[in-house]
Amino acid sequence: MRRFARLLEALAFTPRRSVKQAQFLRYFATTPDPDRGYALAALTGDLELRQVTPSLLRTLISERMDPELFALSYDYVGDLAETIALAWPDGAPDTVRAPDPPPLSALITELQRAGRADLPAMVAGRLDALGMSERYAYLKLATGGLRVGVSGRLARVTLAEFIGVDVAEVEELWHGMAPPYTALFQWADGGPRPEPALASLRPVMLATGFDDLDPGTLDPADFAAEWKWDGVRVQAVAEGGVQRLYTRTGQDISATFPDLLERLVFDGVIDGELLIRTGDRVAPFSELQKRLNRKRVSGPMMARLPAALRAYDLLLWQGRDLRAEPFATRRAALEDAVRALDDPRIDLSALLSFDTWEALAALRAAPPDPVIEGVMIKRRASPYLAGRVKGHWFKWKRDPMVVDAVLMYAQRGHGKRSGYYSDFTFGLWDGDALVPVGKAYFGFTDAELRDLDRFVRDHTTDRFGPVRAVAPQLVLEIAFEGLNRSTRHKSGVAMRFPRIARIRTDKPAAEADRLEHLRALLPPELG
Amino acid sequence: MPGFDAFLHPRPEGLYCPGGDFFVDPVRPVHRALITHGHADHARAGHMHVLATRQTLDIMAMRYGADFADHTQVADAPMRIGAATVSFHPAGHVLGSAQIRIETPGGVFVVTGDYTRTPSAACAPWEPVPADVLVTEATFALPVFRHPDPDPEIARLLDSRRTFPDRAHLIGAYALGKAQRVITLLRAAGWDGPVYVHGALRRLCDYHVDQGIDLGELRAATIERGNKAQFSGAIVIAPPSAFASPWVQRFPDPVIGFASGWMQVRARARQRGVELPLVISDHVDWPQLTATIAELAPAETWITHGREEALLRWCTLNGHRARALNMVGYEDEPE
Ligand SMILES: [Zn+2]
Ligand SMILES: [Zn+2]
Repeated sequence: MRRFARLLEALAFTPRRSVKQAQFLRYFATTPDPDRGYALAALTGDLELRQVTPSLLRTLISERMDPELFALSYDYVGDLAETIALAWPDGAPDTVRAPDPPPLSALITELQRAGRADLPAMVAGRLDALGMSERYAYLKLATGGLRVGVSGRLARVTLAEFIGVDVAEVEELWHGMAPPYTALFQWADGGPRPEPALASLRPVMLATGFDDLDPGTLDPADFAAEWKWDGVRVQAVAEGGVQRLYTRTGQDISATFPDLLERLVFDGVIDGELLIRTGDRVAPFSELQKRLNRKRVSGPMMARLPAALRAYDLLLWQGRDLRAEPFATRRAALEDAVRALDDPRIDLSALLSFDTWEALAALRAAPPDPVIEGVMIKRRASPYLAGRVKGHWFKWKRDPMVVDAVLMYAQRGHGKRSGYYSDFTFGLWDGDALVPVGKAYFGFTDAELRDLDRFVRDHTTDRFGPVRAVAPQLVLEIAFEGLNRSTRHKSGVAMRFPRIARIRTDKPAAEADRLEHLRALLPPELG
Repeated sequence: MPGFDAFLHPRPEGLYCPGGDFFVDPVRPVHRALITHGHADHARAGHMHVLATRQTLDIMAMRYGADFADHTQVADAPMRIGAATVSFHPAGHVLGSAQIRIETPGGVFVVTGDYTRTPSAACAPWEPVPADVLVTEATFALPVFRHPDPDPEIARLLDSRRTFPDRAHLIGAYALGKAQRVITLLRAAGWDGPVYVHGALRRLCDYHVDQGIDLGELRAATIERGNKAQFSGAIVIAPPSAFASPWVQRFPDPVIGFASGWMQVRARARQRGVELPLVISDHVDWPQLTATIAELAPAETWITHGREEALLRWCTLNGHRARALNMVGYEDEPE
């Protein structure tokens, strides 16, 4: 725990990637298993320990400290966990005077296993025994507040460096692994290379924005284009008789779509879009969402909302890894494969023909189906690469006045909504921090309102009168009518008529849009 | 029987003793000033008579020139001034710093100036001085300020140097007191390599050496043109003001540190863009401050400057009479 606290401190005070990496490498080299894997998971947000709530902490400190002194302290420090770590009356003021703390893994296991009733005494006991910076690390861990700007990608790049292999090798294995990733660390220590799990998710290739580019520098002949469908990007995997359907973030949705799963009768990995489709008619995303939200699905629902796969790409096929091949080669193999499957529920995403970017823009402006949200542009020579690598795939959305924002605050509504949290403040990323960019009061259905309200109540991190701050986890697609410059808003922009177009439970908060993306949508300044 | 107020009270110029017709640490020019220590907000130029320790007088002369006052006198023994008897006692804050004991017919006052109970090789340690009225500073008077032992903090600096052996470590520290506190801590931790000091620290460091404080090998932190590599892995001490200047950019990929009690609060460290916050203070923290009041048990505690609200609350909860003097002119921020 002592080393973890020190690592946390070092990571928190440096914005630089290279320095963060150096701190990780040193920590990995000096920390035994399973602690180093747990630390990695805790810092990338892959360890969910949300048992200890802010209100539990407030209760604990109010039993030990004058409320006025606490209020003055909290007011000064501005962070609940930090205030308590510093002011905890029975704790040691530094690490030297505290006894040796238990290993990180022991504290995590204890937190995972503790019952609600035992939790307060257990946490208090730990705070009494830990030194000051360890109390901070412990509280941040226990409340799930370890935001120090470490992305999963940075963690895997660093881990690959530690093992001494290319990051693609770690990415390939990553999805089959769970904290504390002991097999990976043992590989680094000279152990055997771990075997990938059967039918595990392969690293997904992602696109960057086309709007940020100057198309004049790109030759249309080097690119293929296809429609970007408004469904859920999935990876359909079938290996050794095991069939799986994953979202691109690695969520296993096999059980939710048994009607599609049973059709994955092949040996390979297909990248595609999950859609609700009856004949040629593709249903809007809201229909798909009705199925997404369920753990189990009824027969009538499957009949009414039948799942289908529209294939974009082919990663593996009958033992052959196609990922290093150029798009054109993979596309030909994909066409053969889909033809051979001969299943009406699995079809090909059509390629668009265009000679100029203007021609593509015209197609994009008038798509033949309302469920199309733009076009995807893919470099014909590019291999299938893990992650969001610039210069290969681009998305060009039809309606630029849409952003994916993260829910930050919610306020109770008025009138018939007074029982619900119905006024939502959302933000975009600016560096490692979220900056609020607007508020929305409508755009959702009554059922969605209930879901949002539940989310707010379950993920509250702080309260200010009628307003609750929530953990930055839920992505909201915000549609708006226009954008103005604003000096009144910290973000520098004001949206006109923002509304919640969609709740993106399928998208991790870290992938919400960045503030500079929104600013790029501003009309040019006059004069 | 008049209250304590009749014998010592705040005036716009500073804390005033009518019996002796003198001020303590006045912020405006006065006829007679008693100075606790050489920091600029406590020790100002332009007074007629100044009484202070030898070292504080030397430091004032270094800072303001030899003619900083018309008359100076070294406080080396108890001395009668009008109806008051005054004596100076170590405060442990910086070289020459003193608490001033003022005995009047209405009771004994001890004005702490700035002080700390954390000992340092760079100055004489604080001594408890019993008082009827303790006139104390309160720079770090919040329960969250519990400064760790300085040794493990310095160990973190040496540890960072081992992790980043090619990066210069630039540590911000105020020129009088903090810089030398940090250097003596480094020496005690076994660092016997050179310590580079910014030009603005040089004279004060030399003065400490003259006064018998061993700072080891000091070198000027002056970079020869095009020779950044010379400072790979170097430990450099500089005043905080230097970090806003282009001077910093001359160092190879520096780790910016800052030695201050404020570094205990993360937001403060981030505001300053500090990568290596070192919690090294020369003021009393909350436990030291409250322990001092509890141990000395003065009839009254007066608070000169700092965060008086929390300390007043603590005194109320613990049955000590206390009041805030709300004195202006002393800086809340630097330490
Ligand atoms: Zn001072
Ligand atoms: Zn002061």
